Amino acid sequence: MKHIRNFSIIAHIDHGKSTLADRLIQYTKLVDDRQFRDQILDTMDIERERGITIKSQTVDLPYVDDRGEEYELNLIDTPGHVDFSYEVSRALASCEGVLLLVDASQGVEAQTLGNLYAALEHNLVIIPVINKIDLPVADVERVKTEIDNELGLDPETAILCSAKDGTGVEDILRAIVERIPPPTGDSEKPLTALIFDAHYDSFRGTIVSCRVFDGTVKQGDTIRLMSQGTTYRVEEVGVFRINREPQKELSAGEVGYIIAGIKTVSDTRIGDTVTVDTRPASQPLPGFKDVKPVVFSSIYPIASDDYQSLLEALEKYKLNDASLVYQKDSSAALGQGFRCGYLGLLHLEIVQERLEREFDQSIIMTAPSVQYRFHLDDGTVLDVDNPLYYPDPGTIESSEEPYIRASILIPERYVGAVMKLCMERRGVNSHMSYPTPGRVEITFDMPLAEVIFDFYDRLKSITQGYGSFDYELIDYRESSLVKLDILVNGEKVDALSILVHRDNARDRAVRICDRLKDEIPRQQFKIAIQGAIGGKIISRSTISAYRKDVTAKCYGGDITRKRKLLEKQKKGKKRMRIVGNVEIPQSAFLAALKTDDE
Amino acid sequence: MNRTGHPGLYVHVPFCKTKCPYCDFYSVPETGRAGKWLRAVLEEASRYSREFPRFDSLYIGGGTPSLLGCDDIGYLVTGLKAIFRFDDGAEVTIELNPDDVTKEKLALYRSLGVNRASLGVQSFDEEEVRFLGRRHSGRQAGEAARLVAEAGFAEFGVDLIYGLPAQTVRSWRKTLYQALSYEPAHLSCYQLTVEGDTPFSRLSREGGLELPDDARGADLFLAMSEYLSGRGFAHYEVSNFARSEETVSRHNVKYWQHTPYLGLGPSAHSFSGRRRWWNHRGLDVYLRELGTGSSAVEDSETLSEEQMRLERLLLGFRTMWGVELKDLPGEDRANRLEDLRKKGLVEVRGERMVPTLTGYLFADRLPLMVSE
Repeated sequence: MKHIRNFSIIAHIDHGKSTLADRLIQYTKLVDDRQFRDQILDTMDIERERGITIKSQTVDLPYVDDRGEEYELNLIDTPGHVDFSYEVSRALASCEGVLLLVDASQGVEAQTLGNLYAALEHNLVIIPVINKIDLPVADVERVKTEIDNELGLDPETAILCSAKDGTGVEDILRAIVERIPPPTGDSEKPLTALIFDAHYDSFRGTIVSCRVFDGTVKQGDTIRLMSQGTTYRVEEVGVFRINREPQKELSAGEVGYIIAGIKTVSDTRIGDTVTVDTRPASQPLPGFKDVKPVVFSSIYPIASDDYQSLLEALEKYKLNDASLVYQKDSSAALGQGFRCGYLGLLHLEIVQERLEREFDQSIIMTAPSVQYRFHLDDGTVLDVDNPLYYPDPGTIESSEEPYIRASILIPERYVGAVMKLCMERRGVNSHMSYPTPGRVEITFDMPLAEVIFDFYDRLKSITQGYGSFDYELIDYRESSLVKLDILVNGEKVDALSILVHRDNARDRAVRICDRLKDEIPRQQFKIAIQGAIGGKIISRSTISAYRKDVTAKCYGGDITRKRKLLEKQKKGKKRMRIVGNVEIPQSAFLAALKTDDE
Repeated sequence: MNRTGHPGLYVHVPFCKTKCPYCDFYSVPETGRAGKWLRAVLEEASRYSREFPRFDSLYIGGGTPSLLGCDDIGYLVTGLKAIFRFDDGAEVTIELNPDDVTKEKLALYRSLGVNRASLGVQSFDEEEVRFLGRRHSGRQAGEAARLVAEAGFAEFGVDLIYGLPAQTVRSWRKTLYQALSYEPAHLSCYQLTVEGDTPFSRLSREGGLELPDDARGADLFLAMSEYLSGRGFAHYEVSNFARSEETVSRHNVKYWQHTPYLGLGPSAHSFSGRRRWWNHRGLDVYLRELGTGSSAVEDSETLSEEQMRLERLLLGFRTMWGVELKDLPGEDRANRLEDLRKKGLVEVRGERMVPTLTGYLFADRLPLMVSE
C-alpha cells in the first residue's frame, strides 16, 4: 500500500487539466507515442471538441522513482464543471491528494477557489501547480501572490510546469510520491469501496469505478450495494490502464473497477458503498446522497413519428448517465415527448448534443425551467418544474423559487458592469472581497432561474472573458411568479409557455414574439403572435400576409430544380407543427427557446 | 386542349450581342463560333434521329436566334428538317430581338416555314429598357413589333418584363396597352426575378436593386391578368396569355404537361416522358464533346412515380388546366381540397382541380398545400 498514491487534478476550465493528464500518461510510458492522441482520457467527441471533461476517467500510472522504487499512481480525472460537483466530491473522497492547477496567464479563478474548498473538505494534500509557464503572457510572480493571498497556500510549494512542452512533469510526479501520503486501510476488515463513477459497456454491463478503503474484493464474491441493498456476483475486478486490466483482487487503498453483471448505470449510485454480502461492513462510507436534478425541460421529436425512436434513444442514453431523469410528457403543439431533469445547464446541453449526434435524433427542447414551489390555499405544497402543471393562480397563496450563491471572480475594472448584471438578475446580499490587489470576488444570492437564462454568456461577454463564475444551491425563497403563454393567432402554443418572475415576463414575451416573427414564414393570412399572462396580452407582433409565391418562369431546366426544392419542402413540412391554422417550422421553436442574445 | 402527344424540338442558340443584366440563360457575347455551333447542333441532332423520329413543334430560342446570319439560320432549319420529320402544320417558333428585326430577315424566316415569331420587347418605356440593359430603345421595340405584326406570321407573340423598381400598376397597364396595339396573338409577361449569378443578383446583394415586394408584385400580377382577360386573352399559364386556344404556345405547353421534348445546343434540357437529361452549359465543352464524338449530355435523372406526380402538381398548378384529382395523395384529400377551395385557391372542374387567379399567385405553394 505504501507504493500507491491516489490523486486527482483540479482546475478551472481551460487551465490545462487534460493536457497535464496527457503528459503524465506519456511520461510514464503507459501508451507509446504512436497510439497517443491529445485529451486521451476524454473519449467522447463532445469532450474533445469543447475541451471539457464530462465523465471521470481513471488511470493507473506506473512510476519508478530515482531510487528504483516502483509506484502505482492512480489519477482520478474529474469532470470540470459545477453541474457535476457531486461526482467531483466523490472522486476527491477517493484520493489522498490533488494537483491544483492554475493557469500562469489567467491566475486563480472562481472554480479554482471552489475546487480548493472541495479538496480542503476532504483533508487532501494540495500541490499547487502553475501551468502554461511557456506562454509569453505568463506571470508567475502574480500567480504566486494569488496562490498565497487567495488560496492561502504556500507559493513556494508550487511547481512550475508547462503541460504543453513537458516542463516540470517530472517534478510533479516526484511531488506526488513525496508529498501525497499513501492510502491507509486494512485489507483484513470487511470490504468498503466507494463508487465514484460508473460507465456502461455494451458487452459487460456497468463498469463500476471505485476506491477500496478496507477489505478486498475479487472475482466470485457476492457484493452488496449498501444504499440499495442489491447484490451481484463479481465477474471481474481490475485496474484502469488505458484499457481495463483484470487483476486477481482489489484491496484496501487501491482504485479500480468491478464488473458484476449490473445491467445499467442507474442500478448504481455514485457515492454508494460496495461491501461483501457475506461479511458486510457495519457502516457505509460517509457522504452518500441521491443527486436531484435542478434544471428541467421537455424533449420532443421534431417529426412526431419519431417518438418511438426518441424513447429508445433515451433508454440507451440513460444506460450511461444515471443523473438524467425523464418521464412522459405531451404537448398539444409538439405531441408526445419527455420531461427531463438535468444536473444543470451544461448537463442539459450535453444530453441534447449526444442525443443528436450519437443517437441521431432530431429534437426540440423546451425552455429550461427550475423547480418552483407553490403553497396553495388548501395548505398543500406543490413543486412544479413544468409550466403545464402550473396551478390555478387563484389558489396560490405564495410561491418560491430556488436560489443559488454565485461566486464571481473578476479584475476590478469590471465590478460596475458585473454588479449591474447581477442586480438585473435579481441578485441580493452582495459581498465583495479583494483577495489580491486589482481583483475582486463578488458573491451574490441569485435565483437559479436567472442563471440558467444566458447568465454565464452575458458575464463572459461583459468581462471580455476575464470573469469566472461558480455557484452552489442554497435555499428556496419567496418570489412573484407568473405563467407566460405564447399565442399564435389566438391559440396557445403550450410548448412555449414558461414560468417566470413577474418583472421579467414582458421582456421575455417581447423576445419570444420577435423571434417567432422572424422564423414563422409568412402565410396567406396575417398572423398575430402574442405573449399573455392569464387573459392579459403583454406583447404582440404581427406577421403580414404573404400575397405572391410563384416563380415567373418554369421551362426545361427549371423543372428539376423546382421539384428538388419541393421534395425538400415536403420533408420540411413533416417537421412543421400546426397550431390553429398556422404552420410553425421547428426552427421557430428552436429560435424562440434559445436563451442567448444574438 | 390540344395534346398531340408528339414531342417538341428545342434548339438553344447560345449567342448574344450583349448580356442583359437580369438574364441567366446561357449565352456568350459573340457570334464568331456560330458556324462551329451549327455543325455541332446538327451532329447532335443526327444522334437522336432514331429516338425522336417526329416532332410537331420546333422552338428556336436562346440566347438570341435573330443574331444568326441568314445563311446560318437557313442551314439550321433545313438541316433539322432533313434529320427529323415534322408534322404538317407543326408550330415553328423563333425568338427575335427588336434591333435585329428587318423586313428581309422576317421574309427569310417565313420562307423557312417559321409560323410563330416571339419578340423580346420587354418594355416600350425608354427608362425601363435602359434599366434592363437592353440594346434597343423603347421606340425600336415598337418599330420591330410593327414589322413583325405586318410580316404575316400565323402567330406573333410579345415578351414583356414587369416588376421593375419604379413600376406602378398604371405604368404597367400602359406597357400592356402599347403591346396590344400591335395585336399580338400571344403575350409572355415575366416578373423580373433576381437569378443566380447575374449582374442584378450582385447588385441586389449589395443593396443597389430594390424590386417590388410580394404585395406590389401581386398587385401588378392581378392588374395584368384583369387587363388582358378583359381584352379577350386567356391567362393559360402563370406568365402566359393567348388570344385563343389556337394561339397557345404549343411548344411551351409540352414543358408543363410532361410531353417529351428534345433540346439541342449548350445547356438544353430534354425529356423522354420518364427520363430527363441536360447538356453541358459551356459552349467550349459542348463543342469539344461533340467534336470528339462524345455526348454533350452533362447529366440525367430518371423520375420515380412519386417524382412524376410531384412534377405534375408543380407544373399543373401553373396552368389553367390544373391537376387531376387522382394526383392528390392520401385519405383526407377531400378535406385538403375543400380547404383550398374555401381559401379561394382552386376550383373543381370535373375530375380536375384548377387554380383560380389567387391560386396562380400561390402556385409554388399549392403542391405543398395539397400534400399530406
